Order: sequence, then structure tokens, then C-alpha cells
Amino acid sequence: MNKTFLVILGALLTIAFSLSGLVLIPNWQFQDHKPVVNPRDGSQYPAPYYGLALQGRDVYVDQGCTYCHTQQVRPKGYGGDIRRNWGNRRTVARDYMYEYPILLGTMRTGPDLANIGARQPARDWHYLHLYNPQITSAGSVMPRYQYLFRTVKAGELVPAGAIPLPPAFQAEGTHIIPNARGEQLVEYLRAQNRTFPLPEAKQ
Amino acid sequence: MTQVPEGPAESRLEQISRILIDDSSRVPVLIWFTSSVVWLLLGSLAAMISSLKLHNPDFLGGIEWLTFGRIRPVHLDIVFFGWSSMAAVGALLWLQARLCHVRLPWPLLLSGLAIVWNVGVVVGSVAVLAGHGSSIEYLEFPAYCAPFFAVPALGVLAANIKMYLTKNSEHTYVSQWYLLAATVWLPVLYVTAMLCTYFGLVQGVSQAITNWWFGHNALGLWVTPIAVATAYYLIPKVTGRPVHSYHLSLLGFWTLAIFYNWAGTHHLTGGPLPAWTITVGVVGSMMMFIPVITVAINHHMTMRGVFHMLKTSPTLRFTVFGSVMYTVASFQGSLEALRSHQEITHFTQYTIGHAHLGLYGFFSMIMFGAMYYIFPRVTNNEWSSARLIKVHFWGSAIGVLSYGIGLCWAGWWQGVMMNDPSIPFLQTVEYVKPYLILRSVSGMGMTIAHIAFAISVWRILSRHHFVMSGPTLFTTQRPAWKEFVNEQNEREEMAQ
Repeated sequence: MNKTFLVILGALLTIAFSLSGLVLIPNWQFQDHKPVVNPRDGSQYPAPYYGLALQGRDVYVDQGCTYCHTQQVRPKGYGGDIRRNWGNRRTVARDYMYEYPILLGTMRTGPDLANIGARQPARDWHYLHLYNPQITSAGSVMPRYQYLFRTVKAGELVPAGAIPLPPAFQAEGTHIIPNARGEQLVEYLRAQNRTFPLPEAKQ
Repeated sequence: MTQVPEGPAESRLEQISRILIDDSSRVPVLIWFTSSVVWLLLGSLAAMISSLKLHNPDFLGGIEWLTFGRIRPVHLDIVFFGWSSMAAVGALLWLQARLCHVRLPWPLLLSGLAIVWNVGVVVGSVAVLAGHGSSIEYLEFPAYCAPFFAVPALGVLAANIKMYLTKNSEHTYVSQWYLLAATVWLPVLYVTAMLCTYFGLVQGVSQAITNWWFGHNALGLWVTPIAVATAYYLIPKVTGRPVHSYHLSLLGFWTLAIFYNWAGTHHLTGGPLPAWTITVGVVGSMMMFIPVITVAINHHMTMRGVFHMLKTSPTLRFTVFGSVMYTVASFQGSLEALRSHQEITHFTQYTIGHAHLGLYGFFSMIMFGAMYYIFPRVTNNEWSSARLIKVHFWGSAIGVLSYGIGLCWAGWWQGVMMNDPSIPFLQTVEYVKPYLILRSVSGMGMTIAHIAFAISVWRILSRHHFVMSGPTLFTTQRPAWKEFVNEQNEREEMAQ
């Protein structure tokens, strides 16, 4: 009888202790975070996603990109992240103050995407890569996201928005155009830019 | 169809009361267990699709519902919520009733809760396949699935406390603390994590900590204690020897309760968090050596001198395999948490290998052992074929070992290559591919094992086929299935 309550009490105390230590205290510690203003143009960093990029985050979540790609740069001297040019500095808590849900990821079957918008600013690169990863990254195990595109028959004329497929990947007389979700995802990826210098991220 | 016990009056009385207790838990335990076996099969299917896709990305390529980023989390969630948790509840209800010497309370309610839980797994899995998953590992199921798990978890906790308060045994057995604590931890963990995640109670990187506070504790404080408790019950029971040391088991329990809680942040090493949050995760992980070593000593010393029983007893062979894998996977996990180790293996297949050595090699194998022990006792029937059990054991054992060793080896070198910027990234992808194929082959072995197990379960459940002639050991010769069915039919005809 007494032992029952001892076990229940012990179980509750231990879990409450780690909850406060790991979740509540850090959350309280981060509450003072404020964005930094860029003196050059008055813009703020970090800024919440808006428009297509915001919708694109839902596509990123729904397609489960996070199961193969991280969005975090480890500090200089710890792993090869910075030397691989995945970022010019480590990422810090403030970089993620507007991320909901946060998509740090735990797996790098593919490369890190924390700064993919800075590394690959061109929309067309992303469209080709999503349509068929073999075009841009031969040997990749990433699936083809052809359902983020639609096919149009257009004869000689190239329709607006058609992606510049290499001839080997293009069926004759057809063109490939990203659909709404494809456009949203690419805007989200292009918004992945955590290169702005933050005082607490010296490395 | 209950066997009438023989022997001296006192032990006959004990046996009868045990039969009555097993009778009371029959329906709920069978529903939780059978559901878990169905989820085991579906989880294996999702696993095979994910695994094949990872080295052959065009496999089932055009189907959005089965894209890797959806089927992989569905595999994890089916295996965690469907297989592991349902098997764990079945085992804990049966064990707690036996250990408290009471009839299982509210059998109808507990059976209903299993149905509710099943609905939750179905709804959640379909939601993730349809693209409504949250991409938060272990918590992918949308918020509206939460009541399907929270309510049954509270019901199981209530039943557990009731059994404790009305128990007819004077002693508290070591397994009982683990079972009681696990049923307290699950609802607290799950409800807190869901509230924090889906109702915006925490912001920014704290979401990631919450994620791993739940993800790691769901394994460490829910399924691990139940498997440890099961092994603590089954090993002495089957071998007929007492647990080596009561005091060690006390130490093991409380150190697990205190330290496992803090280990989760090692999943975020190198991430955008204050260094101290990672440091406590590393310390917590290293301190796990204490409960792991105490359990290892206790289980090993209990087995000392009776290792030959592994040749004959299926329950013991699965359970001891699982118990040894607990030591192996936990040692690996503690070392893996070190920063210098994580620098290489974090973000690689190494983590996946480790996860399977733990959740499969340790937890699932002990649950298989438990089911081989419990099914005959709640069905009053015996396993139909020793050969099927052998297929199950070797498929699972060889499968998980080649899976774990293969992926840990591949992951280590994948990490070393990834940290060397002179090696193009795609070369790390190419390097891992053969090991991903090995993983699919190992997974196939495990899937075949699960099919053999499911056939055994179906046969023991189908009330037409009774096998009454003693327990099925690895050495037991049963007639081939065809002859067996013929024999049964003849017997039925004769009875008519």
C-alpha cells in the first residue's frame, strides 16, 4: 500500500523534474529572443514565413522531407557542416524563434537544408531536382516528386512556367509545369537562409 | 477445457487460483495481443516498402500516399503505437493480475479500450498516409488522435492501481514497480507532449526538446520498463530459480527512473541549443550504465547454470536473447550519446541500426517470449508447431543482428565520409546503398519470422484445433499440420 504510493510519487516526481529541466526552463530562457534589424535595409531577421513560402512549409511537412534532410548547421570544428559549405556559421536557438513546427531533423540521407535558399537561389534548379533528382544529382536516392508538376502538350510553343528539362528527360511535344504545391515548396526551400550574422553565433 | 491440476492440496489450490486469474484476463489480454500481432504484420509491410524505396527510389514511385516521407513515419508509428504498445499493455495486464494474485478488474472495459486504441492507430496511419502527419517523430499522428491513446492509457493506469490496492500477495515483486511506474509515465508523457506540441505551449527549439523528451522517454519509460519487468518475471519462472538479488533490482529500478528521463537531448547534439541541455542528456545517458548493468547482472546470474534450457524453451530463448540485447543496445546507446561519437554517427544510418537493436532486439524479442508463455495460458491451448517457432526465432534473431550490425557499420563510415568535405556528398549515398540492400534482406527475414508467428497465433486461437499434450518446446515433435488436422477431424467425427 505505502509502496504503491511511493512508486507512483517517484514516477511522477522524476518525470516532472525532467520536464521542467529540459522543456520548461529552456522555453522560459528563450522567451526574451528578439529579431535583429538589418541596418542596411531595415528588414528583420529572423522573420516569419509568409505567402507561398508559408504554404510551402505545409508541403514540406506533408511530404516528410524532414526524414532525410536536416535544417541545422553544427558549429565549426564539429562535423563537416561548415566546411561542406552548408552554412557560414552554426545555427542557434534564435534562428528558429518563428519555426512552428520546428523541422531540425535527425537524418542526413540527403544534405542539410538550413541554407539551401542561399546555396541554390535559382527556382529552376529546385524544379528540376524535385521533378527528377537524377537531373541535378545523379545517383541520388531521393524520390521523384512528379505529382508536384503537371504535363502540358504544347507542340512547338514553350508555355509560360515550363521547366527547362534536358532533352534526355523530356517526352516529345510535352512540357512540365509545376503545380501550386510545387511552387509553394520551392518558395519555402528558397526561404531557407540562415546566413545573417547573429551576435551569439560567432562560428 | 481447463486442465485439472494434480499434486498436493496446497499447490492445487494455488494452481486453481492461478487458472481463475488467467481466465479473468483472457479476453482483454487476447484482444490487446492479437491486435498487436496484426499491427506487427502491417508494420513489417510498411517497413519493407520504406526499405526498398531507400535503395530503389522508383519503387511504387508515382503513388503519393506511399512516398518515403509518409510510409516511413507510418512504419514507426504502427510499430510503436500498434505493435509495441499493444503488446506491452497485454503483457502488463496479465503480469500484474498474476503478481497481485487478483482477478483482472473490468475485463470488458479493458477490452473496449483496446478497440479504441486500435481505432486511434488506424485513423492516425491513414491521416499520415493522406499527408496530414506532423513530421514530428513519434508524434506524427494528428492532434485529434490523442484521445484514442490518452483515454486507454488512463484506463490501464486505473486498472493497474486497482490491482495494486486490492492485491492478495504480501510481497511486492520487482516487476510490479516497473509495470506501475510505466503506466504512470505513459499518460503523463503523451498528454504533456501532445499539449506542448499541438497547442503552442512551447516555442522555437523547445519544440525539438519536447519532441525528444517524449521520443526517448516513450522508449525508456514506457516500453523498456515493461520488457524489463517481463524478463524479471519470465526468467525466474521458466528456470525455477529466484531473482539473483533483490537489492540490485531496487537500485536498477530507481536509477532508471531518475536517469532515463534526462537522456533525450542526446538526439540534438550539435544542434541550436544551449550546451547545458545537451550536457545533461549526455550525463543522463552515461548514468544509464547503472540500471543496465544491475539488470544485466541480475538476469545473467539468475540464468547461471541453466543455460541449457535455452535449447528447449521458446519463451526462455526469446526472453534471454532480448535481455542480452538490452545490455548490448544500452551500452551502445550510452556511448553513442558522447559528443565525439555523435560527431560521426548523428544523422547517419548508425542511429537507425541502434534503434532496431533496441526496440526489436531487446523489446520485441522479450514480447515474443512473453506471448509464447502467455497465449497457451489464456487460451488453454498449446502451440501447434515447434518448427514455426524455430522459423520465428531464427528469422528474427539473424534478421535483427545482420540489420543492426550492417547499418551501424555503414552508418559509422557514412558519418566519417560526411565529415570529410573532400568527399562529394553523393559518394556517401553510393557508399551506403549496398548496406541498404542488406537491410531489405534482413527485413525480409524478420517479416518471414512474423508471418510464421502470426500463423502460430492464428492456430492457437482457432478453437477447432486443440493441442493438449504438454507445452511445445523446441524439441517437441508434433504431427505435420495436415495429419494434425485430419486427426482433429477424425476425433470430432468420433465425438459426434
